[in-house]
Amino acid sequence: MSDIVLSVENLSKQYRIGEIGTGTLSNDIKRWWAQARGKEDPFSLVGQVNDRTKKAESDFVWALRDINFEIKQGDVLGVIGKNGAGKSTLLKLISRITAPTVGSIKAKGRIASLLEVGTGMHPEMTARENIYLNGAIMGMTKREISRKFDEIVDFAGCALYVDTPVKRYSSGMRVRLGFAVAAFLEPEILIVDEVLAVGDSEFQKKAIGKMKEVSEEGGRTVLFVSHNMVSVRNLCTSAIVLNQGQVAYTGNAENAISYYLKAEDKSHIDLIDRTDRQGNGQLLFTKIEFLNSNKEIVKQVFAGESVQVNLHYKVCEKFDASKMILVIQFLDNQEQMMAAFPSDEHGTVFNIDFENKKGVISLTIPQLLFRPNDYFIRIISFLGDTRAENQIDSVSNADKIKILNNDFFAPGRLIRNGNCALLPGNYSS
Amino acid sequence: MKEKWDLIIKPQQKLLNLDLKEIWRYRDLLTLFVKRDIVTVYKQTVLGPVWFFVQPIMTMLVYVVVFGNVAEISTDEIPKPLFYLSGIIIWNYFSECFMQTSNTFSTNQDMFGKVYFPRLIMPLSKVVSGLIKFTIQFSLFLIVYLYFIIDGEAAISASLSLLLIPFFMLLMAGLGLGFGLIFTSMTTKYRDLQFLIQFGVQLLMYATPIIYPMSLIEGKLKMVISLNPLAHIVEAFKYSFLGRGELSFYGLAYATVFTIVVLIAGVLIFNRTERNFVDTV
Repeated sequence: MSDIVLSVENLSKQYRIGEIGTGTLSNDIKRWWAQARGKEDPFSLVGQVNDRTKKAESDFVWALRDINFEIKQGDVLGVIGKNGAGKSTLLKLISRITAPTVGSIKAKGRIASLLEVGTGMHPEMTARENIYLNGAIMGMTKREISRKFDEIVDFAGCALYVDTPVKRYSSGMRVRLGFAVAAFLEPEILIVDEVLAVGDSEFQKKAIGKMKEVSEEGGRTVLFVSHNMVSVRNLCTSAIVLNQGQVAYTGNAENAISYYLKAEDKSHIDLIDRTDRQGNGQLLFTKIEFLNSNKEIVKQVFAGESVQVNLHYKVCEKFDASKMILVIQFLDNQEQMMAAFPSDEHGTVFNIDFENKKGVISLTIPQLLFRPNDYFIRIISFLGDTRAENQIDSVSNADKIKILNNDFFAPGRLIRNGNCALLPGNYSS
Repeated sequence: MKEKWDLIIKPQQKLLNLDLKEIWRYRDLLTLFVKRDIVTVYKQTVLGPVWFFVQPIMTMLVYVVVFGNVAEISTDEIPKPLFYLSGIIIWNYFSECFMQTSNTFSTNQDMFGKVYFPRLIMPLSKVVSGLIKFTIQFSLFLIVYLYFIIDGEAAISASLSLLLIPFFMLLMAGLGLGFGLIFTSMTTKYRDLQFLIQFGVQLLMYATPIIYPMSLIEGKLKMVISLNPLAHIVEAFKYSFLGRGELSFYGLAYATVFTIVVLIAGVLIFNRTERNFVDTV
């Protein structure tokens, strides 16, 4: 007996782009006429690859095209890809919210999808009533819910407020309640979409733990979509990378993540040409340089060496430079932050050269002490305070720097490879 | 080796893909939706379910004054409150079923976009919660009815066709649901229909013997009104309780066939729509 519980074959989904409504009646008639004569749907022949940056050439677009994969029982499959790659569409098809245009999905056992927690909860009703309602929407029977009721309340941590209308709950508590119901579903296949992005860290830990438990002990299969590479790596056994509606990579989670990040790695593009930046653009960073202790421009330094980061900028519009905050961050190849240099906390006030409309900001790091690996630079700048809407110019993956191995701590003792920031310190006993 | 799958999702499925077993599996959800509908309407109100009575009483009073006293439309010698009330409550049930199911997709698009359950559960639950509201209003009607029976002055007599009341209700529910399903499916694409529904129900009421007895209508107009299946059901309902009106076998047979056709058409078109409506709504 094969233990494949979910099989996706040639799955494609076509969407109409632009305004839906005008001309649909005439298209409907054409489509109906073609079907009546036993011909293929005339509109399924057209359509272009889903690339949102290109201008539309036809009215139809393939959100997903020829997706094939299989999941074995007990696997946790991560689905990663940038915004608009078709992740959510895939989940919608598998959870039967909308039907595919071509292809098929075959599954064994019940599928429960968690595209959102607390679906259908009514603010006027009490937590007790909502647990029953939400559970039933997810496909549980009343008896199942009654059996697990105490556990659900316990997991959500809201025993005190069971008979309080949910509208009096904080938003965090509502999410916990919703997730608690979902956590006690017993489907053979569980589909989860980035719901973990909400809730406090204690709850996130609980949620991830529960999902691990479900797959490892319950032998159930989980399909998990996330932007958060850390949780994908923690949770998933294998992963697929979607790009423009097609499967770009299938394999184990670790490899898939590095494939994805490599594809996303734009650090080889000159900073000035980057378009994926955020902020109001009053000032733009044009170039980033690393200088080693000999003041040479380099791409790699030895662990523990002093490094100067030079940020070239140009001014597009005058602003109050005394309110500017700059944060340079170092991230590892799994997008985990390793170190940050926040100028406001350093007490730095910048002098921006508004006369020449360009200049250089330097950051000197006396010892850049990371385990040997590639590290990525993220630049974020704000005006006033560090709220996202106050950004001036921010670029992720602005550049990367390679840390080379070195016997920093003791002569002849090389640092182990890995991705981690190290700090100087002395042991004694 | 042939594999056995529990679920196969494919683009184009059979024309009639009604999975009754699945709907039965979700019956708990249906009762919970009904409970939600009933419980939440009057939360944080002082009078609570009493409001279910207020609407038909006020409507009846207005009808008594406007149509009874001002326009002086005959009520077939039946006490005016009783005549109007009987019409109002059965009409309310139809319009409740129709109005509530006709916006299934538009009001639930958020929920439908996030989780799967047999979509038909939603309109079915509206029909059931409509029935509960009807029962409450029906008890009001019974009180008024008994008052006039005990009073003894009015010429009202119940008939054996009272036994058919559940059947009449079934027809009403079927018509309301069937039309509702058709309309909700069409409105996902063509929003124009939403405007039609608003006053369509109003107008339809005047084509149904609610504020006038069928006996008042003659000639060509009677032919037209006879085309309305609701007219036969309402007349039969009134006849059963009040002894006036028409209990026409052919009329009811026509209404039954009509209901079955509308209901099947509704389920068909609803089934087709539910699979992709998220993309068009």
